Amino acid sequence: MGYKAKFRVWRGEGGEGRLEDFTVEVNEGEVVLDVIHRLQATQTPDLAVRWNCKAGKCGSCSMEINGKPRLGCMTRMSTFEEDETITVTPLRTFPVIKDLVTDVSFNYQKAREVPSFTPPADVKPGEYRMQQIDVERSQEFRKCIECFMCQNVCHVIRDHEENKPNFSGPRYFIRIAELDMHPYDVADRKEPAQDEHGLGYCNITKCCTEVCPEHIKITDNAIIPMKERVVDRKYDPLVWLGSKIFKRQR
Amino acid sequence: MERHEYDVVVIGAGGAGLRAAIEARQQGKRTAIVCKSLFGKAHTVMAEGGAAAAMGNVNPNDNWMVHFRDTMRGGKFLNNWRMAELHAKEAPDRVWELEAWGALFDRTKDGKISQRNFGGHEYPRLAHVGDRTGLEMIRTLQQRVVALQQEDEKLHGDPEAYIKVFAECTITRLLKEGDAIAGAFGYWRETGDFVVFDAPAVVLATGGIGKSFVVTSNSWEYTGDGHALAMLAGANLINMEFIQFHPTGMVWPPSVRGILVTESVRGDGGVLRNSEGRRFMFDYIPDVFKDKYATTEEEADRWYDDQAGNRRPPELLPRDEVARAINSEVKAGRGSPQGGVFLDVSTRLPAAEITRRLPSMHHQFKELADVDITKEPMQVGPTCHYVMGGVEVDADTGAASVPGLFAAGEVSGGMHGSNRLGGNSLSDLLVFGRRAGAGAAAYIDGLARRPAAAAGLVEEARAEALAPLERTGGENPYEVHHELQRTMNDLVGIIRKSEEIGEALQVIEKLKERAKNTASAGSRIYNPGWHLAIDLRNMLLVSEAVAKAALLREESRGGHTRDDYPGMSPEWRRKLLRVTLTPDESGVNVEERVQPSMRSDLISLFERGELEKYLTEEELAEYDAAVKES
Ligand SMILES: Cc1cc2nc3c(=O)[nH]c(=O)nc-3n(C[C@H](O)[C@H](O)[C@H](O)COP(=O)(O)OP(=O)(O)OC[C@H]3O[C@@H](n4cnc5c(N)ncnc54)[C@H](O)[C@@H]3O)c2cc1C
Ligand code: SF4
Ligand code: SF4
Ligand code: FES
Repeated sequence: MGYKAKFRVWRGEGGEGRLEDFTVEVNEGEVVLDVIHRLQATQTPDLAVRWNCKAGKCGSCSMEINGKPRLGCMTRMSTFEEDETITVTPLRTFPVIKDLVTDVSFNYQKAREVPSFTPPADVKPGEYRMQQIDVERSQEFRKCIECFMCQNVCHVIRDHEENKPNFSGPRYFIRIAELDMHPYDVADRKEPAQDEHGLGYCNITKCCTEVCPEHIKITDNAIIPMKERVVDRKYDPLVWLGSKIFKRQR
Repeated sequence: MERHEYDVVVIGAGGAGLRAAIEARQQGKRTAIVCKSLFGKAHTVMAEGGAAAAMGNVNPNDNWMVHFRDTMRGGKFLNNWRMAELHAKEAPDRVWELEAWGALFDRTKDGKISQRNFGGHEYPRLAHVGDRTGLEMIRTLQQRVVALQQEDEKLHGDPEAYIKVFAECTITRLLKEGDAIAGAFGYWRETGDFVVFDAPAVVLATGGIGKSFVVTSNSWEYTGDGHALAMLAGANLINMEFIQFHPTGMVWPPSVRGILVTESVRGDGGVLRNSEGRRFMFDYIPDVFKDKYATTEEEADRWYDDQAGNRRPPELLPRDEVARAINSEVKAGRGSPQGGVFLDVSTRLPAAEITRRLPSMHHQFKELADVDITKEPMQVGPTCHYVMGGVEVDADTGAASVPGLFAAGEVSGGMHGSNRLGGNSLSDLLVFGRRAGAGAAAYIDGLARRPAAAAGLVEEARAEALAPLERTGGENPYEVHHELQRTMNDLVGIIRKSEEIGEALQVIEKLKERAKNTASAGSRIYNPGWHLAIDLRNMLLVSEAVAKAALLREESRGGHTRDDYPGMSPEWRRKLLRVTLTPDESGVNVEERVQPSMRSDLISLFERGELEKYLTEEELAEYDAAVKES
């Protein structure tokens, strides 16, 4: 059952590094993260990688496998040929700390720039009443495990470092959309999405949606509807007001 | 060396740590949150099924008293009853509070928070979001921290003025002045540089210990750091012999062995079968639960629609019972091909319903095992999941015996007695996280002077942490870790006997020596081999605590099953095993303590007939007197 696989892993720290070749045992049913762990235990004890749940739930183990952003713990070895060399590199858009570990603090900073959930002042805990159908849209976005792979592939920041201050990225567009669609949120979300979070930079390439391990329809369900409504809002403030009043009545 | 001054340092950013930090900050204390992983990745994120709170949204007969009774029964009456009481009373408020911070739970038809069935809970009680409740909880708390930071930015021009997260930073020692806590010492994973926190109050919220076992649902973070830090600082652990083996972990493929299959599968209708196709749980209903569980498949199936007129399916017995039953079936040769039993929901619910209610299980099996759970049964077996034991704390404030030290969440002990009910952890984190945060704030208000870490402690901690990097030619820490995991799994696992535990203790002694001689190659920058070498100290101390307590307790109860003492003993119910560090820090001691009797208004909530199964004659006489009085 087991076989020896050829791995090429990026190793390095402090801005320098190179791809190193390894031959390593692989057993039935294993995923790429298992193989990385075997490398740690047997050949390179200081190989740096992030992981926690090993079940696709925490979003820690994002890496690029043969150039594609993937969760190491959900990428099965059986999806590769036995004689194929598997290349594992860190996420490209973020600065490398060491080996497969990158500095993702950009994302935490952007998270802090999105104003928090803002319920009406007069609703007390325990009094919230919402229908399943009205929470489902926001629930889709709350499935996000913050793997930051959508942030990693978005060309607006991947290819243009200079856009980082003005562009929050797909992960935070869905956060804004989630709040906007929350039946009890009363803050204005659309105008800031355009003006402060850089929604306008997005040209709907859908690369973010394609890599999302949670299969969140980032573009179709969050970005496009928001872009449309930003347009509404710009033309007619009453549309916005109306939608908020409508929301409260449900 | 980098140094920070705070009022409260919370170690851990799971549900308990975040809720504690939020409380401390809300009470005006400058608060640091320190955690080993990135912010938002703590173990709590993996919780699936839900948070138990007697809101009565689905069944209006539910209330705190029913929840309290279920919790005590689940823990086989060994629980700290004051904690069980506070938990049952306060859980609904804590869940509603999450909603006001932006959580979006699944809904009932009338727009309230929906609640699902779970093992040991009399009514549908678990607030949930599909099978990703932990993610919702951690994200909500994370976003609440961010909201507070946004507030602080407006007020003070600095978002981190009152609450700051130190992520990927590991604490290796607590610092003291005399008897009292004065701070904590740790290293940054990213750089390997050291950092000192000066603070009069520390809240431990470090979670569990599962990484000392091979087959576990727990992540690398669960090395029992908080348990060990507490002992090293002079605090006590209790109930360490009680470890929950969750009945349903994945058994195949080998690399995912142990990963959790949520109890919601059974709560939502899934059934357990052996290789003969028999729903074997009907054969394993213990006497203490006889009148609460259905005896025929027909009755069990009716229960899902009519809970008033029928008894519950035995698949929903408390976890210890189900785990032992699966173990017995496999041992008797009636297991599934890959060494578990079958858990089937495919013949019980329509495919669309399965993917709606259990999306992450569907995904997990498809991606990791090539199994479509809407079409075929899963194969499952027990996995080390949760430690009931932990730091002995005051129920109301979370205070440990060391002044300035507090603990909440999985690292604390008492609340769950000998066995935790599913869903009672997430609510525990919220209730006691908040209480520990408030306890720490109140403690600081009462202090005349901030303690300062005694000279030399920081230097010792630094030398201890650096040792594995400085040794050359020592053993690979991964080898020591693997041997510990195999030992605990095989010898102090789900079924225990005296000789085997004794053998495990001998192995642990040898491993302690080997751990002192491990060497880690490479630099201080993000070096997992070095981190593991440091963690070994904690895993070994905690494993010794588990084994020694397990050896002493000569009965079987909840998460402690002794082959050589199969029965439950009322005498033993009155005893708690308390673990402390030996004076030379080389190991642990275990001593017996008396379990305080339940307050009379609480014990009166139970029928005499039920208590007879658990209590001694003497205690029953007290009960009779209490009932007479009221
Ligand atoms: C797969 C799975 C599913 C579960 N499902 C449920 C469920 O449905 N319902 C339920 O009630 N319970 C469930 N549980 C149990 C529950 O999730 C845990 O008991 C609970 O999340 C523990 O939370 P905590 O806040 O105590 O610790 P955790 O969330 O584990 O957080 C521990 C924190 O401490 C930090 N830490 C540890 N050591 C150090 C150190 N030395 N220095 C700095 N930081 C440190 C970690 O980095 C982490 O941030 C489940 C558990 C698992 C494994
Ligand atoms: S769709 Fe927009 S946000 Fe998504 S990757 Fe493309 S440009 Fe970026
Ligand atoms: S939206 Fe999807 S890809 Fe982006 S961070 Fe969340 S889970 Fe990852
Ligand atoms: S380890 Fe959690 S998503 Fe891979």
